[in-house]
Amino acid sequence: MEAINANAASLKNKANEILGVNPEDAKLTKSFLLVSFVALLLGGLFGLLQGINRAGLLELPSWLNYYQVLTAHGLLLIVVFSGFFMIGYFYSGLSHTLGGLLPKVRKLGWIGYGLSMFGTVLVVIMVLMNEATVLFTFYPPMMAHPIFYFGLVFVVLGIWSCCIGAFIQVADWRKKHKGQHLPILSFFATGAFVLLLGCTLFVAVEVLFLILPWSLGWVDTINVMLARTLFWAFGHTAVNIWYLTAVSAWYVIVPRVIGGTLWNDTLTRVVVIALVIMNITGGFHHQIVDPGISDTIKYMHVFMSLAIGFPSLMTAYALFVVMERAGRRKGGKGALGWLKKLPWGDVRFLAPFIAMLAFAPAGAGGIAQTTFQLNAVVHNTMWVVGHFHLTLGMSVAMTFFGISYWLIPFISGRVLTPAMNKLGVIQTYIWAAAMVLMAFAMHTAGLFGSPRRTSYTTYGDHAAALGWDPYMLLIGFGAVLLTIGVLIQFYAVIHLMFFAPKGQTEFPIAPKEPGDVTGYWTERWGVWVVLLIIVVAMAYVVPIVDMIVNAPPGSPPIRPW
Amino acid sequence: MHKSEKVWLTISFGMIMLFMIATGYQAFALGMAPPGGVELIDPQKVNETAPFDQPGIKQIGDNEYEVVMTLQLFSFTPMELEVPAGATVHFKLTSKDVVHGFQIVGTNANGMIVPGYITDITQTFHEPGEYLVICNEYCGIGHQVMATTIKVY
Ligand code: HEM
Ligand SMILES: [Cu+2]
Ligand SMILES: [Cu+2]
Repeated sequence: MEAINANAASLKNKANEILGVNPEDAKLTKSFLLVSFVALLLGGLFGLLQGINRAGLLELPSWLNYYQVLTAHGLLLIVVFSGFFMIGYFYSGLSHTLGGLLPKVRKLGWIGYGLSMFGTVLVVIMVLMNEATVLFTFYPPMMAHPIFYFGLVFVVLGIWSCCIGAFIQVADWRKKHKGQHLPILSFFATGAFVLLLGCTLFVAVEVLFLILPWSLGWVDTINVMLARTLFWAFGHTAVNIWYLTAVSAWYVIVPRVIGGTLWNDTLTRVVVIALVIMNITGGFHHQIVDPGISDTIKYMHVFMSLAIGFPSLMTAYALFVVMERAGRRKGGKGALGWLKKLPWGDVRFLAPFIAMLAFAPAGAGGIAQTTFQLNAVVHNTMWVVGHFHLTLGMSVAMTFFGISYWLIPFISGRVLTPAMNKLGVIQTYIWAAAMVLMAFAMHTAGLFGSPRRTSYTTYGDHAAALGWDPYMLLIGFGAVLLTIGVLIQFYAVIHLMFFAPKGQTEFPIAPKEPGDVTGYWTERWGVWVVLLIIVVAMAYVVPIVDMIVNAPPGSPPIRPW
Repeated sequence: MHKSEKVWLTISFGMIMLFMIATGYQAFALGMAPPGGVELIDPQKVNETAPFDQPGIKQIGDNEYEVVMTLQLFSFTPMELEVPAGATVHFKLTSKDVVHGFQIVGTNANGMIVPGYITDITQTFHEPGEYLVICNEYCGIGHQVMATTIKVY
């Protein structure tokens, strides 16, 4: 019986390898990606409204005010678009590299999908009804309708279901493949899901134990600072998970698309481990100018945030070498001749390549704004908005777009035609130009003091505020261009999913460099998780205990909109 | 590991350490720590709690002032301050309701005002002019009008 089962399993594996895709797993990923890109479309349209409002060209009506739009934009893009994409992509990665999802894992994936969808719908309805105009950070004591928070709880429960599914899949594979390395894409996925579970624990505590009882009227007041801190332990990590997801494609997929090989496997895994262990502790860099946190604690957090710069710089080097090596093997000569050998006309390479380029100024800006004194210059100004449109809007989003041009055909049993590829290349250039323009204008306006999260205003025609206007116009212009990009991207996704010619598409995973042996010690996930917990405890136990023990009297709920 | 990678990583490491040392030196040796403060207050009793029961400006030294200010939906109290050029102003700020921001455009004065806490921000105004003071954290439907000015003569 055992033998027959094993045989059947190996047959199924073979089938997977040949066909490359398990249709049931593909359906799951397809569902996640569809939601993701619908969120991009809606979020992008809201972004357009924001952009032209801030340019001073559009006054939003009272039934759809600026802050409602901004709440929807933030949540749809930073949570739904990115989160659903990440889960869909990594689930197909797990399925592809670990021989198909286990039936119970697939079930957990669907449960996760259902729960998060349900939560998302609740949240979106509340926002559109103007019952939750609290922005994606929902800082108490501003209080939304309780259903908004219930929606968030369902989103988190869905995420947990997907995390647990991923862990079961990985544990099962490891049990059946003792002494082998987890395939590199699944290694990335494991790290990302560990972080996702870790960071959502914080926001779950915030919503379940602080906000819900208070919004239901069971308690009168809330500990505002504690809620804020728990939020940023989550929020900061979440965006870094989206970044880690993009990085996985830079290391694993891009080398294959350019016909190259993987970077040193051990070092790649070291980067993943470092990003996992050190990530959650960066949260306080969003609170550098907050009261109630001592300078020493803030300093420690700045240190922990900057530490993440190190694996990122390792990544910069690695990707450069991988591309150079591939270019030279194709006959590229001289200092830069190899660049010419890269497939610039292939959207699967071009989009993530520009995404990587964007990370240079984005990372530099991030390091700058994390230090105390520079943070005071730019905190809560448009600079910050410019920063995360480079990191998320370019580095992450463009990598996801690049992935979509092969992953969607792969799961849909279709092919990327030269015409679609060309459209993708055009969309990539439009998006890149528009984001650079918008982000440049945002950074500059921010340096001159223009605040973020503020609808168009001249503050009674104050000269300083009038000085921002030219940059705000540029932001509006960038937003219009970006919307064209969003529409093309959405069209491409729908086309590739439902209308492109049938055929087989490769899941591009680069082979190892010959002779590259991986250190088996990198597989010790138990140790990494313990280290993660120790680092998080070092960072958070003292300030959180302090916030609870030395809390000021709490705040009652307020609805200021 | 290639030599070039070692060089790159050493430079990277050095750069990050340099940022840390510069930050630490400025914060702890030059007293340029970010705004903050550890004094607490009952956010529902701001009006009855000293010194916020009497918001206003007070000279406390040679061209040195203390401003006690409350922030509330969608205004600052007191509004429209005036100080002579070169004045150093110590702001003591707290919120009567939600989280607000306090930013003096054109300076580095920028901090969060969280209900229950008192934020301390110090700013020296070298140049005369009319400085725009704004709330830079979303606080509600009138957030974009929450502003005042400081005249430096
Ligand atoms: C059509 C494309 C886009 C346009 C036109 C756009 C434009 C804008 C504008 C004008 C703001 C508001 C600035 C403010 O008042 O503070 C904003 C905020 C934001 N955007 Fe975008 N954006 C786009 C795409 C994206 C993408 C792809 C992401 C992330 C994946 C993203 C994430 C965010 C976030 C998180 C905020 C902050 C929300 C908040 O402060 O509460 N945006 N965007
Ligand atoms: Cu962060
Ligand atoms: Cu405000």
